[in-house]
Amino acid sequence: MSALPWLHPDRVALLEAALRERILILDGGMGTMLQGHRLEEEGFRGERFVEGRDHAHEAHHDHPGCDLKGNNDLLTLTQPAIIRGVHEAYLEAGADLVETNTFNSTRISQADYHLEHLAHELNLEGARLARAACDAWTAKTPEQPRFVIGVLGPTSRTASLSPDVNDPGFRNVTFEELAANYTEAAAGLVDGGADLIMVETIFDTLNAKAALFAISELFRERGARLPVMISGTITDRSGRTLSGQTAEAFYYSVAHARPLSVGLNCALGAADLRPHVQTLAQVAGCFVSTHPNAGLPNAFGEYDETPEQMAAVIGGFARDGLLNLVGGCCGTTPAHIKAIAEAVRDCAPRALPSLDDAEAA
Amino acid sequence: MSTRHTRLSGLEPLVITPDLLFVNVGERTNVTGSAQFRKLIKEDRYEEAVDVARQQVASGAQIIDVNMDEGLIDSEAAMTRFLNLIAAEPDIARVPVMVDSSKWTVLEAGLRCLQGKGIVNSISMKEGEELFLEHARKVQQYGAAVVVMAFDEQGQADTCERKVEICSRAYALLTEQLDFPPEDIVFDPNIFAIATGIEEHNNYAVDFIEATRELKRRFPLSHISGGVSNVSFSFRGNNTVREAIHSVFLYHAIKAGMDMGIVNAGALMIYDDVPAELRERVEDVVLNRRPDATERLLEIADNYKARKGEVVVENLAWREKPVRERLSHALVHGIDAFVDADTEEARQLATRPLDVIEGPLMDGMNVVGDLFGAGKMFLPQVVKSARVMKKAVAYLLPYIEEEKARTGDVGKNNGTIVMATVKGDVHDIGKNIVGVVLRCNNFDVIDLGVMVPAQKILDAAREHNADLIGLSGLITPSLEEMSHVAREMQRQEFSIPLLIGGATTSRAHTALKIDPHYKAPTVWVKDASRAVGVAQSLVSKDLVDAFMAKVRADYEEVRERHRNRGPGKSLVPLEKARAQRYTCDWAGYAPPQPRQPGVTVFDAYDLAELREYIDWTPFFQAWELAGRYPAILKDEIVGTQASELFRDAQAMLDRIVAERWLTARAVIGFWRAAQVGDDTEVYGEDGRKLAVLRHLRQQADKPADRPDFSLGDFIAPKEAGKQDWVGAFAVTAGIGIEEHVARFEAAHDDYSSILLKALADRLAEAFAERMHQRVRREFWGYAPDEALDNEALIDEKYRGIRPAPGYPACPDHTEKSTLFKLLDATANAGIELTEGYAMYPTAAVSGWYFSHPDSQYFVVGRLTREQVEDYAKRKGWTREEAERWLAPNLDYDPD
Repeated sequence: MSALPWLHPDRVALLEAALRERILILDGGMGTMLQGHRLEEEGFRGERFVEGRDHAHEAHHDHPGCDLKGNNDLLTLTQPAIIRGVHEAYLEAGADLVETNTFNSTRISQADYHLEHLAHELNLEGARLARAACDAWTAKTPEQPRFVIGVLGPTSRTASLSPDVNDPGFRNVTFEELAANYTEAAAGLVDGGADLIMVETIFDTLNAKAALFAISELFRERGARLPVMISGTITDRSGRTLSGQTAEAFYYSVAHARPLSVGLNCALGAADLRPHVQTLAQVAGCFVSTHPNAGLPNAFGEYDETPEQMAAVIGGFARDGLLNLVGGCCGTTPAHIKAIAEAVRDCAPRALPSLDDAEAA
Repeated sequence: MSTRHTRLSGLEPLVITPDLLFVNVGERTNVTGSAQFRKLIKEDRYEEAVDVARQQVASGAQIIDVNMDEGLIDSEAAMTRFLNLIAAEPDIARVPVMVDSSKWTVLEAGLRCLQGKGIVNSISMKEGEELFLEHARKVQQYGAAVVVMAFDEQGQADTCERKVEICSRAYALLTEQLDFPPEDIVFDPNIFAIATGIEEHNNYAVDFIEATRELKRRFPLSHISGGVSNVSFSFRGNNTVREAIHSVFLYHAIKAGMDMGIVNAGALMIYDDVPAELRERVEDVVLNRRPDATERLLEIADNYKARKGEVVVENLAWREKPVRERLSHALVHGIDAFVDADTEEARQLATRPLDVIEGPLMDGMNVVGDLFGAGKMFLPQVVKSARVMKKAVAYLLPYIEEEKARTGDVGKNNGTIVMATVKGDVHDIGKNIVGVVLRCNNFDVIDLGVMVPAQKILDAAREHNADLIGLSGLITPSLEEMSHVAREMQRQEFSIPLLIGGATTSRAHTALKIDPHYKAPTVWVKDASRAVGVAQSLVSKDLVDAFMAKVRADYEEVRERHRNRGPGKSLVPLEKARAQRYTCDWAGYAPPQPRQPGVTVFDAYDLAELREYIDWTPFFQAWELAGRYPAILKDEIVGTQASELFRDAQAMLDRIVAERWLTARAVIGFWRAAQVGDDTEVYGEDGRKLAVLRHLRQQADKPADRPDFSLGDFIAPKEAGKQDWVGAFAVTAGIGIEEHVARFEAAHDDYSSILLKALADRLAEAFAERMHQRVRREFWGYAPDEALDNEALIDEKYRGIRPAPGYPACPDHTEKSTLFKLLDATANAGIELTEGYAMYPTAAVSGWYFSHPDSQYFVVGRLTREQVEDYAKRKGWTREEAERWLAPNLDYDPD
């Protein structure tokens, strides 16, 4: 793909300048922050979805409605103040980039709540909320410009794994279906003003390739592009993604998208992620990111690693020159992000490999 | 620029650096190039097709080429299905895939299945620059490298100049208009057949080699590839000469810069190994060095057709080597002729007798283990290797004991496993194979035999301080017994891993019914080839956590799916299923009367006759060799092994028959019978009721014209007033087997012992088949003129069925007790029933005979609680008892 022009060239210039200068800070987990609000069913529903269905959607008028508790992405529409508040908290803690609340904002994932039709709107509004928060903080601290990462999550299905043990050739989703889902979601993110797109928590690289395919088609259609971040998930100590790839194989599978960064997030704590981040730091021609969990979940599914513990491990990554972007995933809070930001403040970012080798944009 | 390499991936990375020299792309998964693969795909035998891919990777293919271009195949669907299937096989999916088609839609279907970075083979400017660039851009978006064929609007390039010109134009378009990475471009400058007798073809190889040289000079980051076997196409049928041509061609092409090729990985001859005379003449042809080159190669070609006899020369040569290598050779090739002498020689050289085991013998077995793990050796060879090992160890044992007595020193091993076939079950071929394979890998195997009660297994585990317990079983009641053993292990506070194996076991059953009862690792082992990997992972401190995390996640997923499984295909109420029973015009039906009613006994049936009726395919399956007989003997992958095994089997059969190792006995019987409800009532000559056969009925939701079957449906209902009949049989070919098994085991010859058991099984099955044929022709006599050959018999192209209790049409094993009573099978045929309703000798078959022309095999499938309760009532059981015996068929969770 001969390179398309940037959609927001001045913002990309600011971002690249910052990346050359220091390790940039991503935000932390959304879920943990929302738990603090103890929202019940009616909190999730708000006014528009008071009967568990969408009043603003004609085709939904005959729908019996269903429970919406747990649909965190819906809070963008029903509790925008809370979501904005989470973004603000992370920006205040020092995050340079915040992720939109759109992890599950695809048709496939919203189908669980019969809210497929919201896919575009959730992404659009999710990006707008984060945009507003970032713009406010950029105005407050012009020396530290803030950026909106439009998030594309993995969906609940996998294109290269069979859900049926007796039929390894079976698939419950196709590449085309995933690509269509991601095209719609990415369009909403672009329209809502995202500065970057991040394909993240990649369990199955084929899903990610469908997302990258969709994004490239969308950019071609719009005649301009955004920088793309890619973040995979090593699911356990076997050191592989759920679909079986090593970190290195994973990078080669997505490098064609010429991402701004490649990295790893979720599933493991920082200490367990280290060897794989190291692998990426060795082979990647682009920037390297990571946003680990706050350790492994305990028996109650909670994350115990304190901000200090996590910052100590990540400080080590940074000192060894493995990182360009770092933040947190499940179980992390603004306190974690603040501690991490402090721990990496004086460390130089990982240098990009020389231009001849670079596959970066 | 030096680190700008081509970076491909499957599950693992493949970085093409100059020191790889040449990348082998496996060619056998190509329907246009391999008749065998084409046949497998056309016949929908995808499992075997997947094995071809596995074999390619095991033989060293670094990429596999997949091509489904065949007029009669839906190529897009076949490409998708095959790629999805191999994605589930980590030993295949670790390498990148080359999606090969001349149709863009097929290439695109393939690209949509690849999570890794593969290669598209191929695109070209055949239909102009615009379409070429459109496709290349898509390839880039899908994230793949691309093969560009030297083909343009004018046609396929055959001269060096045209090849270079077209490839250069393509390179410029790709890199300038699309910014396509040069390292992701692979040129295919077309390899055409030489030595065809047509003069214009003589320079084809030279044209390719020279074009390669120029392209590599111009575009050093890109690659040159081609389909190598094309070049020797005119020597079809003479593989030695073909391989020599490939070898010579590659030697020169690689020197010129060819760095990738589609080849039969594993069948490449080393250039230096090509005999000098042949090499010279092949070189003349490849390099077009003289006008009569083709004639001169033809002159000698026939001398190099594969001949027998050459092997013999090699056989003697290895005896000249040092003893260490001789032992290794003997182990790898399974030759036991010299083992005592070689072991003695090694012992004299060693400080301690144990050093011979831990040194040369284990080294040899490690080679065997590696080759087996890499798919380069097959099970029968491994079992033969183990025989050599066992004999060597047996030779050393007295010396070791003596040494031990003197020093108190004992050897170390990988771990100790206690293995048993569970209570109520007598099948042990699979378990014995696993035992052999584990012994080969230096596990200490304590084999408790068959029908072993839980407590005995646990006591033995404590006594031997075992690291693992392995349970095996073949019949369905064994599944319940395995759950029981797991519960006992938990209760008695065991913490060592539990391995589960055997034909009826499954991942799902282990995850749902065994694993939850036992907190320590519980692992289902699919077959013998996986046993070593599993056992080693479990005893290794480094591996066990990661391995178990994966297994547990896997089982949790199975359970999760089980919990969340939708209603599935719903079953219909029993009443509805009964209303939809099979029926026919009973009033117009005349049931055939047996010519010889009552019970007939056969003692010492002629084994020579039975051997003609053997169905060999399952025999090879027992040895984990995949394929149908007789095609398997010529199979590219396992053919050699299958043939050798078959020869050994025939030789042993000769002796079994001639020396009467085994005695075959049988009993059959026919009785008056009537359908009553879902059951069949059986009457004596005097009309007295002798027994009631209890049947289960399908409850599938079927269209009205397709019945929900029960076996009773094939007998005329009582109210029809017809005199119908039912038959039964019990046959065995295993009387007297113990003596010979014991003889082999005493000689440390597991191979012969397993071979004998497998043959006895086959003879028993053949006996059942032959007896059924005679029943149809003579004893019941309803088809006196039937004339079917063995293949037609195997395909069940006859009238009537012989379903066996415990199998899909009548899954309740306990019905065997009725069958045995009616036939008095223990007295009449020497077959006993265990408490789990397994038959002993194991080489035995029993079942019912139905003669109705519409009678057919079916699968009862899942049952509702309603039918289980109804069946329990009819059998005089509690519901819990019924649920235990019918556990695999329950549509609900009884707990």
